[in-house]
Amino acid sequence: MAGTSEPVPGRPARVRGPAQDVAGLGVGRALGFVAPALLLIGAFLVFPAVWTIYIGITNYRLTGVEAVSPSIIGLENYTKALNDALFHNALWLTLLFVLGSAIIGQNILGFALAWTMRKARPAVRRTVEGLVLLAWILPSTVVAYLWIAFFDRDTGTLNSILGQQGTAWLIEYPMVCLVLFNTWRGTAFSMMLYSSALQAVPPSQLESARMVGASGWQTLRDVVFPHIRGHVLTNTLLISLWTANDFSPFLLTKGGPNHESETVPVYIYNVALQGGELGYSSAISFLLLIANLLVALLYLRLLRRRS
Amino acid sequence: MRSIKRVIPPAALGVAAALLLSGCLGSSDSGGTDQDANRNADAKKVELVIGANSVKGGKNSAGATFTSDVLIPKFVEAQKAKGVDVTVRFEGDGSDDEVYKQKLALSLSNKAGPDLMNIDGIWVGEFAQAGYVKPLTDTVGDAAKVDDWDGWKQIPESVQQLGSFEGKRYGVPAGTDGRVLYFNKKLFAQAGLPADWQPKSWDDIIAAGQKLKQLPGVTPIQINGGTAMGEATSMQGVLPLLVGTGATVNTDGKWLGNTAQLRQVLDFYRQIYSGGLGDPVLQREAKGRDKSFAEFAANKIGILAEGDYFWRSVVEPKEGVAKMADRDAAVGYALIPAIKPGAGVKGQDFVSMSGGGVVAINPNTKFPQQAWELLQFMNSAEMVEAGLNGAAKITQRTDVNAKVLAGDPMLNFVATKVLPLTQYRPGLAEYPKISAALQQATADVIGGKSTADAAKAYQTAVESAAGGKDKVTSN
Repeated sequence: MAGTSEPVPGRPARVRGPAQDVAGLGVGRALGFVAPALLLIGAFLVFPAVWTIYIGITNYRLTGVEAVSPSIIGLENYTKALNDALFHNALWLTLLFVLGSAIIGQNILGFALAWTMRKARPAVRRTVEGLVLLAWILPSTVVAYLWIAFFDRDTGTLNSILGQQGTAWLIEYPMVCLVLFNTWRGTAFSMMLYSSALQAVPPSQLESARMVGASGWQTLRDVVFPHIRGHVLTNTLLISLWTANDFSPFLLTKGGPNHESETVPVYIYNVALQGGELGYSSAISFLLLIANLLVALLYLRLLRRRS
Repeated sequence: MRSIKRVIPPAALGVAAALLLSGCLGSSDSGGTDQDANRNADAKKVELVIGANSVKGGKNSAGATFTSDVLIPKFVEAQKAKGVDVTVRFEGDGSDDEVYKQKLALSLSNKAGPDLMNIDGIWVGEFAQAGYVKPLTDTVGDAAKVDDWDGWKQIPESVQQLGSFEGKRYGVPAGTDGRVLYFNKKLFAQAGLPADWQPKSWDDIIAAGQKLKQLPGVTPIQINGGTAMGEATSMQGVLPLLVGTGATVNTDGKWLGNTAQLRQVLDFYRQIYSGGLGDPVLQREAKGRDKSFAEFAANKIGILAEGDYFWRSVVEPKEGVAKMADRDAAVGYALIPAIKPGAGVKGQDFVSMSGGGVVAINPNTKFPQQAWELLQFMNSAEMVEAGLNGAAKITQRTDVNAKVLAGDPMLNFVATKVLPLTQYRPGLAEYPKISAALQQATADVIGGKSTADAAKAYQTAVESAAGGKDKVTSN
């Protein structure tokens, strides 16, 4: 900073201060540089979000009179959502889904894989990582088909393995199936993130811990965890947001049977397209957006407190 | 605190922008009515698209095959003779009806979509209200041109109603159907039931179910229920049962609420699905209806309520989606009885429900005149008969029906015995919402709720869908 305190020669008029304009572009050119990005963000992020807010205060529908001439109904959609038992159901199921499959499932399985694979032979490690990654990169429709085949009542793989017939897993235990599915599906990210995070743990400290006779759990808690706490928070934030907004449950159960696995994104889809209530579904989408922001703020606060 | 202050400017911006946008939604519709109906009337190069929920080798395969391989080439040929170079494309779909409807509605709301589209007659009301379809006379521009088409004389009034809304024709119906109880004669023989079974009351159905229950691995009765099957639950389940109690879903402008008749219907569901006579899981599966077809074809279901579609396109030995090689010998059919003799709607002993598809013209087509020509061509006696390709189906045209139905005893049965008894759904825009509430009520009962609770929840849903307590009957 001290070295660049003099104005850049040749453009004294445009440079307001060295700290603000290290590249010496000036405000106009700097704006020129970011304008394309801002335009894209404006067109594809800000505008749809604002549009959603707008539709959310109307009674716009997919068909019928309200499709041609919707009217502004203010906050009616929001008050309706607050009293909508199915929306409460969807929120509760989303919470279960995030807690079970992301915060517990993917986090723990991802860390466990990263921790055990650390010392494994490279061949074993690559094979395991490859398989876990495969679950992550396959297209959702393909994966959904495989899992439906796995859970199917009549000729499903799971029933064949268990040597029994007639348990319709996706009907009788829809949420358990979805949690298992999503844990399987998304663990790769946590595994990779923790693998690289674990490399930041100084081997000398691990060595010392072993020398003083720390148990495996003590080592994890007192040596490893303090080093990767930031990563744990980041990872948990990302995967819980992804999971809360994940639509693939629809591919497995369509939210059924009878709303028993209808997480918020699936509920929004069903309300918007099955029920045709575009206005109401936009209002719920906006509520989901706010919930996302709140979760993100909470995590950011935790992160800041740590540092 | 600082973070809150930072949020305020963008939030304010968002609200301001939202206010600016108000009034933009939906108002773009007015463009449709201003269009010149004679646009491109003299074009020498014409492109048309026919959209339908049918696909070769899948759903309604025969219809897709006929449209692509016979109808389109013939029309192109006929137009060529007039010096017009027409290209017609068939845009097939093979999804659930609800999904097809969503896709179509989304296309139409963006002024896209096929020029001629096959839609369910019951969607006409809500599509018309949304401006997605317009009265044929508006789209074609010339009332005489539409009304003078000689085809109308061949289409019975009740069938024409399928394509009408508030007294105006929106499309040409593509035939109608009727609902019956199918039963597997092989299973019936094993259970000691007659091959010419005809139940006279709901108790007779339950009694037959009890006998079929003795057979291992057999689901005695399949009456569609639950939300996963969508309109199939209403058409093959709730509505025929409801008319069997003497009630209709809309009487004198009032929607059916939590009434004794509704509770009787729900109770019948409860009897079947909690009494081990039906398979509750199947009603909740995402692909439950397709599975019920496969199970019936595999001799695992005793009695199944369906439309004549089931006979023509599902267990049909050659092209069906769940072929039964021995269909003619193995599948029996019976009229759906009222809850007890004489208790049905209009005092009938037996009841049915009917519906049917409609072909409508997209108001935003580039070639409205040519689309109307294609629509007439499609519904000419020659093409309607050709479309059957030797098979039988209750078509929209009386002249064709007279020729073909005699050849198929089942469809003749529907045309002569079922259609005189049948009821149509009200062509009102609220109907789909009411129907969804009925489906939800059956789902609740199958899921284990008591009949009273399910009926109560239904009442609430109907009041909100109908727009007020005064528009709903209850007792």
